[in-house]
Amino acid sequence: MNLKHISTLLGAAAVAASMLVGASASAEDKVGFVYVGPVGDHGWTYRHDLGRQAVQNKFGDKVKTTYVESVKEGADAERVIRKMAADGHKLIFTTSFGYMNPTLKVAKQFPGVQFEHATGYKRMDNVSTYSARFYEGRYVVGKIAGKMTKSNVIGYIGSFPIPEVVRGINAMILAARSVNPDVVVKVAWVSTWYDPGKEGDAAKALIDQGADVILQHTDSPAPLQVAEARGVWGVGQASDMVKFAPKAQLTGIIDDWDGYYIARTKAVLDGTWKSEDTWGGFNSGMVQLAPYNKAIPADVIQLAEDTRKGIEDGSINPFAGPFNKQDGSVGAAAGSALDDGTLLGMNWYVEGVEGQLPK
Amino acid sequence: MSGFDWIVPVILTVITAATPLVFAALGELITEKSGVLNLGVEGMMLVGAVTGFVTATVTGNYFLAVALAAVAGGFMAFLFGILTLSLMANQVATGLALTLFGVGLSALMGQEFVGEPVEALAKLNIPGISDIPIIGPIVFGQDGLVYLSFVMVAAVSWFLYKTKAGLILRAVGDSHDAAHSIGYSVIGIRYMAVIFGGAMSGIGGAYLSLAYTPMWAENMTAGRGWIALALIVFATWKPGLVLVGAYMFGGITILQLHAQAAGLDLPSQVLSMLPYLATVLVLVLISKDQSRIRKHAPACIGRIFHPAA
Repeated sequence: MNLKHISTLLGAAAVAASMLVGASASAEDKVGFVYVGPVGDHGWTYRHDLGRQAVQNKFGDKVKTTYVESVKEGADAERVIRKMAADGHKLIFTTSFGYMNPTLKVAKQFPGVQFEHATGYKRMDNVSTYSARFYEGRYVVGKIAGKMTKSNVIGYIGSFPIPEVVRGINAMILAARSVNPDVVVKVAWVSTWYDPGKEGDAAKALIDQGADVILQHTDSPAPLQVAEARGVWGVGQASDMVKFAPKAQLTGIIDDWDGYYIARTKAVLDGTWKSEDTWGGFNSGMVQLAPYNKAIPADVIQLAEDTRKGIEDGSINPFAGPFNKQDGSVGAAAGSALDDGTLLGMNWYVEGVEGQLPK
Repeated sequence: MSGFDWIVPVILTVITAATPLVFAALGELITEKSGVLNLGVEGMMLVGAVTGFVTATVTGNYFLAVALAAVAGGFMAFLFGILTLSLMANQVATGLALTLFGVGLSALMGQEFVGEPVEALAKLNIPGISDIPIIGPIVFGQDGLVYLSFVMVAAVSWFLYKTKAGLILRAVGDSHDAAHSIGYSVIGIRYMAVIFGGAMSGIGGAYLSLAYTPMWAENMTAGRGWIALALIVFATWKPGLVLVGAYMFGGITILQLHAQAAGLDLPSQVLSMLPYLATVLVLVLISKDQSRIRKHAPACIGRIFHPAA
């Protein structure tokens, strides 16, 4: 080893040592994220991770963001969340419905750590909940789907029959039937948030059963690819998936967490963080639509835009009556609309959905 | 839907669902027949999937893509071989580690390719013949890998039971000490069997990323490697039954999706459970007949070979 090598080594050692000192001296605040899927799912988790990156870019070396991906809901999640809390994270975002109880359990043991649980409904002094009104996006999509379908059958790929997913199906079919009373929706539950192969197979099955618009509440672009290959319509989920279906994607329902994550991180840094519940829609920027497909007629795009603006300014409520439940009883009477509590616990189909809701 | 129109699309969907399982399970079957248990199928499939996808995206050459996927899967298996055959590490633990390693490695390799679609593997299209009702699209309208999967079932069957090399492989798997004492290189033969298994897993993975859902997404195998492992036990280590099992497994999955879309009033959770339930049921049934299992299961599976002993 010659002198040059040795000096390089010494230099590297010096840098490493200074970094160690720097790390312990600067006491940067750590913000953790727990993801249910891989950051490369190009859907749900991908969008949360963009939010994490936005936080990192915004606050630079004042915060350090970390994440753990593909964490199973349940016992695994509790272990991961506890590890994060014990590691000195100040703020932890747990980004899947099934993390609800694990998050609360760990939060009890770490009262000094703030937690943010996505799509849940249980809160504590140090646990906030947040979600987006995706059903607003699905309502707009329903208007388009109702106009675009020729077979009057819409196929819907469901993950799990929880209120979040049922609400999306109901909002969509209410909108579709408001412009085309003959439309029905067929639902295939795949019992997973993410399995490209199975999601694609469900899309094929729905198309084989006559559906010519495929909607999904699962996270991969596989159903859109199938729609593209079979020459039917599809809608991007969580992010713009137009690359996978340049002809078939009508639009996409985009989640945008950047603003929320930055605001909550700032609140922790400023010491103003409080436990609260946030449920943002079009008006908060949490829900956005991808550019419309050029193949959609201008009047349908106009209808979709009017609907979107109406929801944004509050003049349109997707769950305003009158409409019936699937069993024929009244869902909401004329002049009334469902309140958030009912929406959050929604466990029944509206008219126009085929098949029984699994219990 | 009138009459039996629905049958063809169902069968076509079942074929794509079953093919990756056929490849992965056949490869692992050879590995296990040599007496080695490699639980890293999921990891090897993922590395094959990402290698195939990246190669197809960069070169546009699908033949090369599948070939390199096989090489990548084989290389993963080779690493497994070094650890378990040469260094005599525990096979179960090493196999699990290989899966975890494959998940991470494939994610790293595919980082730049997430969200990029690729053209699906071309399907056979013989004007006139591929258009024959029912038989046309099913028999003459598949992609090359589907045909290859059937050829491989026949080839593996023939190799195991009709060739001397196959007999030697089975001997090594059933009694490595006996095979060693009559002069066969137990370790060398196991290396070859393990690498073959990895290559087949790699091809199975490439089928996912090039034909089944032509894209790369992290962890896109979603547990198919584990299903392949279960299929081998289900098939009592017989290549023909691996094929039957893979199609039955794929078939039940697809049929339950169709049943739901058709509005059949069955709880979807039970329907999703059906394939696994069927596997357990068959396992119970065949386990009652001990001789059947003993006849085909490799006796030395998972046992480490010490040449000196």
